[in-house]
Amino acid sequence: MRQTIVYNIFQILFVLAFAPLYSGVLSRFKELVQSKRGPSIFQPYRDLWKLFHKDQILSSETTWIFRITPYLVFIMPIFVTILIPVLTDYPLVFAFMGDMLAAGFFLGLAGFFAALAAVDTGNPYGPMGASRTRMVGFLAEPVFMIVFFTVSFVAQSTIPYIVQQKWIASPAAFFSPAHVLLLIAFLMLILAEGGRIPVDNPTGHFELAMIDESKGLEFSGRGAALMKWGGQMKFLVLACIFLNVLLAPWGLAQSRDIVHVLAAVPLILIKILLFAILLVSIESSLAKLRLFRISEFLGAAFITSVTAMIVSIFFAS
Amino acid sequence: MSAQMSVPEALNTLSAGLVLISAFAMVATRQVQGVVRFFIIQSLLLAASCFLLGYSQNSFHLYALGAITIVAKVIAIPWVLKRTLARELYERREIDQAFNIPASLLLALFLAIVSVLLVSPIMSITPDPVIRINLPIGLAGVLIGAFSLMARREAVPQLIGILAMENGAFFAGIAIAAELPLIAELTVAFNVILITVIIGLLARNIKETIGTTEAGALTELKEEPVSWR
Repeated sequence: MRQTIVYNIFQILFVLAFAPLYSGVLSRFKELVQSKRGPSIFQPYRDLWKLFHKDQILSSETTWIFRITPYLVFIMPIFVTILIPVLTDYPLVFAFMGDMLAAGFFLGLAGFFAALAAVDTGNPYGPMGASRTRMVGFLAEPVFMIVFFTVSFVAQSTIPYIVQQKWIASPAAFFSPAHVLLLIAFLMLILAEGGRIPVDNPTGHFELAMIDESKGLEFSGRGAALMKWGGQMKFLVLACIFLNVLLAPWGLAQSRDIVHVLAAVPLILIKILLFAILLVSIESSLAKLRLFRISEFLGAAFITSVTAMIVSIFFAS
Repeated sequence: MSAQMSVPEALNTLSAGLVLISAFAMVATRQVQGVVRFFIIQSLLLAASCFLLGYSQNSFHLYALGAITIVAKVIAIPWVLKRTLARELYERREIDQAFNIPASLLLALFLAIVSVLLVSPIMSITPDPVIRINLPIGLAGVLIGAFSLMARREAVPQLIGILAMENGAFFAGIAIAAELPLIAELTVAFNVILITVIIGLLARNIKETIGTTEAGALTELKEEPVSWR
C-alpha cells in the first residue's frame, strides 16, 4: 500500500519532470526536419524558470476565474496521471478511483476554465481563441466517447490498467481491426486536442490564426509558467495514454521491485521519443487546415472510431 | 474473433481494417492525386492480404494473385493515369462533389454498417475467420466505391470509384473463392487496366474539347462537331 503510494508520487514526478523535455524534443526535431538548428531541447525548462522569476500582472478587470485558472490547468493533468499507467503495469493506489472517461473529464474541466479565463480578460483575441477551442472540443467529444465505448466493448472495462492488460494478453486482439482503427482515431484526437499541426499550429505567432495559444496570451509570470507547464503535461499525459494503454503496452515495470520501476523510466522515454518522431513526421508532411476544414478532420476521426466500434461488435464473437 | 487465429490470419484482419479505412479515405480526400494515392495504398494492402492468406493456406494461387494485383493496380494503373491525364492528376486540388465531406463520410459509414448487417446471416454459418472478416469488408468496399462513383462529379475520381469497387469484390473473393481459375483473375486485371486506358483517353478528349472533366459542369449540349484526334 505504502509502496504503491510512493510509486504513484514517482509517476507524478516523472510527468512533471519530463513534460517540458518532451515539448523541447518535439520542437527541436521539427526544426531539424526544416534544416534549421533549432533551440536546445532544454529550452522549455529555461522558459519555465524565467517565467517563475517574473512578476505576475493581473488586470483589475479580471475576476477570480482568471486567478485560479493557471492552478487548475496545472493540477488537472496530475490528477489524470494518478489514474493511468505511466510507469507500472499493475494498478496503483488510485487506479480504481476513475476510468478513462474521468481522465477526459479532468482535462475537459481544465479546458473549460482556460476558455472562461480567456473570455474574462476582455482581450479581443482571447474569446476568439476560446470559442475556436470550444469548436474543436465539441467536435472531438463524440470521438472521445466512441473510442471509450469501443475500448469497453473490447476490453470489458474502461479502467486504463485493465485495458492495457487486454492488448498484452492476445496478439489476435492486438492486430484486430478494431484496435488499429481505434489507434488511428485516438492519434487524430491527440493532434486535435494537443493543438498540433493539421488542426492548429503550436509555433504560430499570428493571433488571428491561433486556436489554442491565444487563450494564454494574457497570463504573465507564474500564471504563464503554470499554463505552459500544464499544457505540456497534458500533451505528455495524452501521449502516455496513447502509448501505454493503447499502442504499445510494453516496457512498463511488471514487478513491485523499485529497480524495475526505475528501469521503466528510460524505456518509456524511448517509446515517447519514437512517438515524437512519428508526430514530427506527421506535422512536417501536412499543412494546417483551414478553420472550417477542422470539422472534416474530426469527422474522419469520428468515422474511424465508429468503424472500430462496428468491427468490434460484429467480429467479437 | 476466435482466439486460435494464426499470425498471418491476424495480420490479414489488420490489413482488412486498413482496407476499410482507405476506402473511407478515398471518399474523404479532396485532391485527385490523394484519391489515386489511397487507391494505390488499398491495392498494396490487398496484395499483402493475398500473400498472407497464401502463406497460411499454402496456396501458390494466392501468391500469383498478389503479384498480379501489384503489377496491375500498383504499377500499371497509376502509370496509365499519369500518361493520359497528368495535368488533371496534379493540378486539380479541390474536386467537386455532390455532398460535403462529413456528409459523404457519414453515408459511407452507413453503407459499411449495412454491408456488415447484410453479411451477418452468412457469418453465423461459416466458422472460417478469414471469410468472416473479408466478406463484409469487401462488400463495404464495393458499396463505398459505388457511392463515390455517385457522389464525385469528376472523371478521375469516378474512375477510381470503379476501381475501388473492383478492389472490394477482389478482397471478398480471395476469401470465399480462393481456387478461382487463375485465367479469370488475369482477365479481370487486364480488363481493369483497359478500363483505365479507355476512360483516361476519353476524359482527356473531353478535357481537350470542353476544357474540364467535371461531370457536374457538363450540363449543356455542345452543338459544334467535335474533332477527335
